[in-house]
Amino acid sequence: MAEENLQNKTDVIVIGAGPAGVSAAITVARGGKSVVLVERAPFAGAKNMYGGVIYTHAAKEIFPNFEEAPIERYIAKHSYVLLSEKDSTQISYQNPEHEKNAFVAIRAKWDKWCVEQAMKEGVYFAPNTLVRELILKDGKVCGIKTDFEDYYADIVIIADGVNSLLAKQIGLRKNIKPKNVALGVKEVIKLPQEVINKRFALENIQGCAMEIVGKPLENLFGMGIVYTNKDSIAVGFGVSLEDLKNHKIKPYELLDRLKQHPFVADLIQGGELIEYSAHLIPEGGYRAIPKLYADGVMVTGDAAGLVNNVHFEGTNLAMMSGKYAGETALNALEHNDFSSNMLCLYAKKLENSFVMKDMKTYKDVVHILGSRTGAFLNYYPYSINKFFDIFTCADGKPKKEKFQKFTKDFFTKRSLSELFKDAIAGIKIVFGILK
Amino acid sequence: MDKKIEDKLYTLKYKTDTECHLIPDESKCLHCLEKTCTIVCPANVYNYSETDKKITVSYEKCLECGACRIACKYIDWKYPKSGKGVIFKKS
Repeated sequence: MAEENLQNKTDVIVIGAGPAGVSAAITVARGGKSVVLVERAPFAGAKNMYGGVIYTHAAKEIFPNFEEAPIERYIAKHSYVLLSEKDSTQISYQNPEHEKNAFVAIRAKWDKWCVEQAMKEGVYFAPNTLVRELILKDGKVCGIKTDFEDYYADIVIIADGVNSLLAKQIGLRKNIKPKNVALGVKEVIKLPQEVINKRFALENIQGCAMEIVGKPLENLFGMGIVYTNKDSIAVGFGVSLEDLKNHKIKPYELLDRLKQHPFVADLIQGGELIEYSAHLIPEGGYRAIPKLYADGVMVTGDAAGLVNNVHFEGTNLAMMSGKYAGETALNALEHNDFSSNMLCLYAKKLENSFVMKDMKTYKDVVHILGSRTGAFLNYYPYSINKFFDIFTCADGKPKKEKFQKFTKDFFTKRSLSELFKDAIAGIKIVFGILK
Repeated sequence: MDKKIEDKLYTLKYKTDTECHLIPDESKCLHCLEKTCTIVCPANVYNYSETDKKITVSYEKCLECGACRIACKYIDWKYPKSGKGVIFKKS
């Protein structure tokens, strides 16, 4: 029997070398157990893209030497931008004390660096290895079928990303619904470091994370992003797949429209496109989280839908879930018990941490916002721009009439019942978070 | 002016698989009015040919995001073989 073949047997197999997988694998290795980290790409990060940042608290927890990693810029400035047809309102927040709270890294470099650290600590890394399916024996996951050979382990940790075909194979999750994912599309545009610093009012390797609502996304549930790398700018968006489908909008054409908005166009002007990419983002929130464990197996990161969309947090939830899965695996190995009774410790660790607490806090927010996209992501941003247009424009005409017209328009362009429903939704969001 | 999607994809490196990993159920495509795959795919992998009455699949351009498999349940969707497919280097 193949299981007897000790060459193909290890304590733990981790599938997927993203932030969740590498954190799980390094945690197991640090506990002195054998662990194989398999990755379908030729190198870690080659299949990964994000519209986001790496959070220092999680990076430090897994990699105390994270400052040696290929970091592009630390996020010193957070900007929130509301776009109308041509005009825009921007709010920026900067706090010198929290300048190193998060950083931008290029995944092909950062993920690769993380795996190199893991290998130094004893993780066996197997790139170019696609897992076709999980092997079960008496209902317990006990190994993986790859394109080449079968491998066995006491515990398998699934970190195969948002599509998680493997969690689906063993019935931990159902088919993903289009409303529960966003399609992220992004372009990386090369510009000299000095030009970026000037355009974003940054110094040295200070970075800016910009979130954008309004035109041209309008009634689509989603947001645009502009993030600064060292000598390139990432421009993209994440939009509900269901909305793209229903509105029949091609994602790359929508991205072009975002890039053509005067606000964005000025930031990227003269730059050269060096990479285009796309990826799905879990958007289902707490209610869409699959079953997190079963006999011999745990699910982590995007595969488990652990993304806090309101705060653009994903990489940190992934890393911490990987760590907890790794710790649980060590505990299970120590007790020689790989049943779901033992592995429920993983779910408990998540419950006791910010990961599941935050997922719960925001369990309704995304759904409520999604049901009132036209209001919160279009009508109000538009109205705010309109207000500032009146407030800032001196044209020799009296202000009173302009503000009267603005107020009249505000209450007629959107029906009172809709405005009322928006207010209720707003209250529901606030109470949902605070209760 | 913005680049066409083909020019955008040209910025990427691919290790092309020898087999197509995306197989729509042609019998369903015949009666499909939405042709959602031709809309949501960020790499313009799917195109409908009016003359042949079928969807053509340029799987070699695929970014492996999975948008099509979630938007349409009639696509037999797999990852490309080990080590094959798209490679992101700057994202």
